[in-house]
Amino acid sequence: MDPNIPNIIFIFVLAIFVGIEVISKVPSMLHTPLMSGTNAIHGIILFGGILVLADAASPLTLTLGFVAVVFGSANVFGGFMVTDRMLQMFKKKKK
Amino acid sequence: MNSINAYLIIGISVLFILGIKLLASPKTARIGNLVAAAGMLIALLTLHKPTGEYVWADWTFNYTLIAIATVIGLIIGAIGAYSVKMTSMPQMVAIFNGAGGGAAALVASLEFTKPDQTVTTFLAISMLFATLIGSLSFSGSIIAFLKLEGKFEKPYTFPGQNILNGLVLLVILGLCGWLTFNTTDGNAAMAFIVMFSLALCFGVAMVMPIGGADMPVVISLLNSFTGLAVAADGFAINNLAMVVAGTLVGSSGTLLTLLMCKAMNRPVSNVLFGAFGSSGGASAAGAGDLAGKTVKPIQADEVAVLLAYAQQVVIVPGYGMAVAQAQHQVAELSEELGKRGVEVRFAIHPVAGRMPGHMNVLLAEANIPYEQLCEMEAINPTMDRVDVCLVIGANDVVNPAAREDKSSPIYGMPIIDADHAKTVIVMKRSMAAGFAGIENLLFYKDNTRMLFGDAKASLNALVAQVKAS
Repeated sequence: MDPNIPNIIFIFVLAIFVGIEVISKVPSMLHTPLMSGTNAIHGIILFGGILVLADAASPLTLTLGFVAVVFGSANVFGGFMVTDRMLQMFKKKKK
Repeated sequence: MNSINAYLIIGISVLFILGIKLLASPKTARIGNLVAAAGMLIALLTLHKPTGEYVWADWTFNYTLIAIATVIGLIIGAIGAYSVKMTSMPQMVAIFNGAGGGAAALVASLEFTKPDQTVTTFLAISMLFATLIGSLSFSGSIIAFLKLEGKFEKPYTFPGQNILNGLVLLVILGLCGWLTFNTTDGNAAMAFIVMFSLALCFGVAMVMPIGGADMPVVISLLNSFTGLAVAADGFAINNLAMVVAGTLVGSSGTLLTLLMCKAMNRPVSNVLFGAFGSSGGASAAGAGDLAGKTVKPIQADEVAVLLAYAQQVVIVPGYGMAVAQAQHQVAELSEELGKRGVEVRFAIHPVAGRMPGHMNVLLAEANIPYEQLCEMEAINPTMDRVDVCLVIGANDVVNPAAREDKSSPIYGMPIIDADHAKTVIVMKRSMAAGFAGIENLLFYKDNTRMLFGDAKASLNALVAQVKAS
């Protein structure tokens, strides 16, 4: 077995608890922005797409990798932008 | 992995965690989002291959493709994010989530089908998991998007549906199990394609029987699914940042889903497999008590007088307000009443609208200060002192059946006690039932008056009348 695996699983398990802990105190008014914000964070899949496309060789893998990068990019950029747009609305009322 | 890269990943993880943490308070939420985005940008600029080399070190044809694809995605994302109406936010989140799920499935597929590699069992499981979860999140999100857009909003059910879905899932899991130990088999590619297609179908089949009103829960669940798929991809391509980010989203998304179900007083299993509201019997439940009772309509000018001379007014917004795009009129009315010395508060039910916090976003867009927005638990004990409670396009979340009628399917759901106010004005287009498909006892109470008509038009009339009185 790859000696790296227990380490990765260790990080995985800790991250589960951190994820639960950080949102346990969120007021419900922020649930939509929070869902949107975490949605943007899983846009990190863009990196997966980049790494796969970087090594792609056949036309099929190039195409699928290309689609993966487009999807990932839309997820990450769109996700952060839409969250920011939502949160802009939470500014205090201008006098 | 060299040590500088390892430290970078720690820093990036901290930025993600801090970002989510800051998102938890209204004052710091926007900064939180930017912190997480900064983490993402740093991670992108310092991206390393699993072998340890810097990704952006050499530029080949593939990198031109990467750049083009990234820019296309960015443009799509930007157009989507900045052109979407505030009321359609949930759809946008669903689409971005679907894109992420699709990307996760594709990345895992390409890794799995890469020629000339020996895949360990651990990696095979990670890749298959990411493919399965990613693709069902992709197709499920698209159905959720369409349902929120008003296409086949009703639950779609047929007898034996859960059994059929269960069988499909069993076949998928069986194929995954076989593939785990036969990654190099001649039939592996074929089995993989079948599994992928079935997973896409399963995503559709999973969301189709769920009603439009439950889409927030579904999107939240699919959001956490995508997170887990991304984490599994992180295992597969040995990228720790992806493992951390994906897992954070997976676990926080799961908790958020449970919180949303808790607010509706329904277990997750009921949302996913209950096909709630599809049975015609539900509406009959409360109807018996209502025999002989009628609703009492009211005109806008009378409502205006009631509001203008009230001391305390509570406004309960619901999905109807979002549909009518009436949040600006609501803000205008609230401001006008405020000028007259009326204390106006907004009662926000945790599941009002199509997403938790949906109402907050809309009201904030209309520049209503968030100090005026009260959560259900805070406002309910004070409802007895409220002169007028104005219900705008909300239905199930103010239905006293949740408190009084044990046979009601929503019995036990926490509601806003609108009926405790001295006078309740319900603004509604017609007498149609809410999403739960049940009669609302509130409409028949003695202190309730119905103001029929389009919310926007009614509110415009109210604002004009209040100004005049």
